[in-house]
Amino acid sequence: MAQARSRKRRIGMQIAEHATGIIASFLFLAPIVWTVLSAFKPAQESRQPPLPPWPTTGFSVENYATLNTFGDGLWLPAQNSIYVSVMTVVLSVIVSVLAGYGFSRFRFPLKNLLFVLILSTIMIPFQSILTPIFLVLTKIGLHNTLTGLVCVYVTLQLPFSIFMMRNAFDAVPREIEEAARMDGANNVTMLLRVMLPLVWPGIVTIALFAFLGAWNEFLAALVLMTDQSKFTLPIMMTALQSGRFGAIDWGAVQAGVTVMMVPCLVLFLLLQRFYIRGLMAGAVK
Amino acid sequence: MTSIAAISTPARRRKLVGAGRRQWIGLLYVAPAVALVVVFFIIPLCMTAWMSLHNWPLMGARSFIGLDNYWAILRDTRFWNALRFTGYYTVVVTIAIFVVAFPLALFIERPRQMTGFYRTSFFMPAVIGFASASLLWSWLLNVDSGLFSPAAFELGLTEKKVNLLATFQPAFWSIIAMVVWKVAGFTMIILMTGLQSIPPDLQEAAMIDGAGPLARFRAITLPLMRRTLALALILSVAGSVLAFDQFYIILRGGPRNQTLTAVYWIFNQSFVSFKLGYGAALSMILLVILVALSLIQLRLLRQPEGVD
Repeated sequence: MAQARSRKRRIGMQIAEHATGIIASFLFLAPIVWTVLSAFKPAQESRQPPLPPWPTTGFSVENYATLNTFGDGLWLPAQNSIYVSVMTVVLSVIVSVLAGYGFSRFRFPLKNLLFVLILSTIMIPFQSILTPIFLVLTKIGLHNTLTGLVCVYVTLQLPFSIFMMRNAFDAVPREIEEAARMDGANNVTMLLRVMLPLVWPGIVTIALFAFLGAWNEFLAALVLMTDQSKFTLPIMMTALQSGRFGAIDWGAVQAGVTVMMVPCLVLFLLLQRFYIRGLMAGAVK
Repeated sequence: MTSIAAISTPARRRKLVGAGRRQWIGLLYVAPAVALVVVFFIIPLCMTAWMSLHNWPLMGARSFIGLDNYWAILRDTRFWNALRFTGYYTVVVTIAIFVVAFPLALFIERPRQMTGFYRTSFFMPAVIGFASASLLWSWLLNVDSGLFSPAAFELGLTEKKVNLLATFQPAFWSIIAMVVWKVAGFTMIILMTGLQSIPPDLQEAAMIDGAGPLARFRAITLPLMRRTLALALILSVAGSVLAFDQFYIILRGGPRNQTLTAVYWIFNQSFVSFKLGYGAALSMILLVILVALSLIQLRLLRQPEGVD
């Protein structure tokens, strides 16, 4: 009897726990799902409150078409965002792999000072140095260019990604390197052929963080990209949402937010392991 | 082991011969990173300090005015209001995030069916940007086409559709709700790493000694994850002190400029009024606050984990 009762209680506990989990999951997922579904309503229906969230008068991509008629359209800012994010990923990976290797495997003058210098930039908020960054970009002819924005984003990624890469290289046993050196590998082939395959999980992690950082960044893009043709998606969508292109079309806002969210969500779901790894590395150290 | 030693001994000897020159190559590897940090961080940082001593309009001549910008800040009540609001927001949002994130971390730390699904769901909002999240919520909070006011009206909770963004209290708490929704999953993962580092046999021993769940939480969980708590706390505080996106996108600093944050005020001075020198002086104040926070963080994190 007592055993049966305690089993019943355990099952009851489990049901309660899963009910809590499902309700909480719903609360966290609902705004995302609501937006993605509502974006597929016809324009007429989009003006009404989203109750229910799914289209009731037929499935439509009208909102995406409308979004494309504002300012320079949807494709140009999307292209800008893709360019900036991909370039940030490529450059920050190259620069941090080189620097991580250098800091991990060589002893040169000022090494510790330079490492601390790069890492300590994480303490300084970039929000407080945006004006001079703007002036520096003007000075070197990169103001109002996507390349200039990429340089800023790469610099912001460096403390985290160099720290990650140095640890990744540190974890590679020196014996492997020495064996390769015996086989006549020089520094460059050593890095490309021997080391890279061993540190690639670290590279995926920093690439993912660089992409999400660049794709989602708002303030620097808002300040540095003054020309409408250079707007990234967040800046273009904020201009639209503020009514800069006439009356606010909430259907177009839902469509734009969907375009902004989906790449992040897909990348995260595919590479979740690497994302959590990056967070842990940051949290433990 | 012997084979490795056999290989490495001649290699070491060879390394010593060319050691000096080969080690210098390391500088070449780190040069691109150092160049970027110098050009886009160190130089701008020094320029901020330099500019803060000038009257520096966007166009026209700039002039050295010493500490005048800083004296002006002392009398700038709107900046102090912005700073006070930023502090208030930081305290409220940090408490709110922890109140939500800690139970979630305890919930997903226990292995059970579907834990992976729950963890992923809670974390999803954390990977979308603050701008996307703000745009999304600015729609949900809209009085005519949004979700909350019309839903409350339809359910008969309110007599008419209430504009949540028209007055301070509902607008402020809407932002808090949005930020908690977006950030709680992130804090949850950080706290989870701390929970997982606690040896399970400690909890078991306490349980055998008859300690209840609350007593165990207070005597074991909290003290053992002090470092993780400090990290999560500092990340949340630093992020909140620099808040801008959500207040700019959802509220435009309103209603009646009551939700202007420190960064928002600097943005207005520098890029709307183009008082670059004054903006730089304000930035210096913000910078000092953030560096102070970072130093506190270093202190807290340096203390070894464990019971005193």
